[in-house]
Amino acid sequence: MEVLFYIFSAIMIVSGLGVVASRNPVTSAMCLVGSFLGLAALFIQLDAFFIGIIQILVYAGAVMVLFLFIIMLLDLKAEEKKSVNYMAFAGGLILALIFMVQLSAVLSNFEAGDVGFTPRQAQLTLDKDLAGLPESANEKLREDKLPDVHLVGRMIFTKYNFPLQVVGVLLLVSTVGVIILSKRKLS
Amino acid sequence: MTELLTILYSLIEPTIKIVVLVFMVILPMVAYSVYAERRFSALLQDRVGPNRVGIPFTKISLAGLGQPMADGLKFILKEDLTPGHVRKFYYWLAPALTMVPALLTCAVLPFGGHLKLPFFDEPFQMVIADLDVGILFVFAIASLGVYGIVLAGWASNSKYPFIGGVRSSSQMISYEISLGLSVIPILMIYGDLNLGSIVQQQHEKGWALLPVTLDGFMPVFSFRDIVLLVPLLISFVIFVTSLFAETNRLPFDLPECETELVAGYHTEYSSMKFALFFLGEYAAMIIGSGFAVTLFLGGWSLPFGWGGNGEESLFWGLVAIGTFFAKVIGFILFFIWVRWSIPRFRYDQLMRLGWVFFFEIALFNILLTAGILMFFG
Amino acid sequence: MAIVVKRPKLSILEKMYLPGIIKGLWITLSHAINRLRGKSKKVTMQYPEEKWDDQLPEYYRGAPALVTDEQGRERCVSCQLCEFICPPRAIKIIPGEIEKGDTWEKVEKQPATFDIDMIRCIYCGMCEEVCPEQAIYLRKDYVITGESREEMVHDKDKLYEIGGVRVGLVNKWNELK
Repeated sequence: MEVLFYIFSAIMIVSGLGVVASRNPVTSAMCLVGSFLGLAALFIQLDAFFIGIIQILVYAGAVMVLFLFIIMLLDLKAEEKKSVNYMAFAGGLILALIFMVQLSAVLSNFEAGDVGFTPRQAQLTLDKDLAGLPESANEKLREDKLPDVHLVGRMIFTKYNFPLQVVGVLLLVSTVGVIILSKRKLS
Repeated sequence: MTELLTILYSLIEPTIKIVVLVFMVILPMVAYSVYAERRFSALLQDRVGPNRVGIPFTKISLAGLGQPMADGLKFILKEDLTPGHVRKFYYWLAPALTMVPALLTCAVLPFGGHLKLPFFDEPFQMVIADLDVGILFVFAIASLGVYGIVLAGWASNSKYPFIGGVRSSSQMISYEISLGLSVIPILMIYGDLNLGSIVQQQHEKGWALLPVTLDGFMPVFSFRDIVLLVPLLISFVIFVTSLFAETNRLPFDLPECETELVAGYHTEYSSMKFALFFLGEYAAMIIGSGFAVTLFLGGWSLPFGWGGNGEESLFWGLVAIGTFFAKVIGFILFFIWVRWSIPRFRYDQLMRLGWVFFFEIALFNILLTAGILMFFG
Repeated sequence: MAIVVKRPKLSILEKMYLPGIIKGLWITLSHAINRLRGKSKKVTMQYPEEKWDDQLPEYYRGAPALVTDEQGRERCVSCQLCEFICPPRAIKIIPGEIEKGDTWEKVEKQPATFDIDMIRCIYCGMCEEVCPEQAIYLRKDYVITGESREEMVHDKDKLYEIGGVRVGLVNKWNELK
């Protein structure tokens, strides 16, 4: 199944290049969607179904639609005629290169990079009957399957409950802020 | 080499299921739901509807059952016109992007329990991909369906399609929220995201909206399930209404409403490209009814816990498949019935309904369900 | 002066849409049920099998046609008034003499050819109105089909075939007509 990994990685890289290389903002946005889909496929290949699906649902299905919505309202002809800013181009390239060098340096010194790793094995070393999971999820664990939705949910709502609430309040505040900003009359 | 062979071997079963379900069941159903729409709407309006086309070159009309074939042939043979002012690449991409997500979602749709075929030891599960995140997968893929419409509106490069595209994107994003929130009570009650196991539980305990099983002739039900009917009915109404908005069907077909926008986002499309939009809408409708049936009306299971799930014998397996499609057809007829009865909403009414009412009611409904579940333990 | 229409005050039930929607659904469904039980009034006619012919009104304007009188004599004298009046210029007449030896030889002329292009004809009835001899009438034929343009041109034979004989005193402006 390694073939699939290379296929989806190739999709991600090609569409990632498309995002930066294309002159048309809509093409860039659609390439980004393609990249997200590739990323979701990679997550699913790692048995992280939940993360993969959420990746599509949130980023490809909601965030990028709104992006596209805004881009469609732009004057694309003017956008396409803009000349290339070579300084920004060079800066971006250098930053990306530095990041790549750093990443490869870290990964080559990281032992886990060499070890074959399947998340299923890692999961099953845990206690098999996690308290607080519904019976159907425990059954799946006994069958060596990963009930990742249940596990993620349990993790979020027990161990990280407080940060979750904080994030919720933060989102609420930002929503209220947006509403106030858009309702405010210029006086 | 052997690894590749085992991979190929494991692909045989899903491939057969895909071919049979998508190409031999869903696509003909799409074609015939157009026919059903025309006949049933005629019934509702004291008309006749298409009743002529039967076997070609004979006088046998078969009540017009040949009409979908004739329509399909017409769409293929019509001139395929690409206007000069469109953005070609996205103009061609958009119809495919509406059809593909609609058909992709049926991968997780359990269209039957099990099928115990002769010569095979293990019964086959009647679902293409038995995903543990089934419902989330559906929402994820269905949310991609917006792209087709948005891109069609934008690529057509003229005013009416553009307004249609803008309308549809905001409409579909708004109603995705209430659609998603209305399903959560179901997930809370069954404690699972896997559609197959949700249906299996409904098979054992009675449908979500009919939580009664029969022991002989004595109805058996728990008080908890009866109380849970209240939030479930609320979420059913919200789910179905949002489904209408998501599939761009009347009374919420504002992206294409003829009186204001000519034909909305597909104004500039002709021939097979138009047909893809048209059929994509119907495919989304069929799959949407499939999910409404699966979540709320017991999927492939008979009412009152009758019958089996097909693991025992071939007969009950076939009955389960038949039950599922009978329910789906019933739901499609409901879709059609509503379309020909209720006038179109205004756009501000639509947005108000989605954001001010359904969103809040669905949120409150989740709270109510959680309270009931907590109270009964 | 702008007219201010007061919005009706809706009750809570009406604001909820639901009762109205259910009412509407019931109305359409009752139509469907009545139709299935065969109780609703039949409105649609299945065209080639069922026709409206016997209910066509007296004043129906179908295909224009030429008529003969009781003696089998052509009424048309090829004055070409209809040709001139015809708004879409569908009529083409070439005037001719009546054959030698005919009883009516000395009386009048008759058309050598009389063509009406039915693709052009708009069934206005001007030809009928203008004809001094009451020779052309709009009949009740409406099924005029053909597979080529030539077929759609009605020649003299065809026109007389459609028209037939017009018996009795023909006086355009009185009741008998």
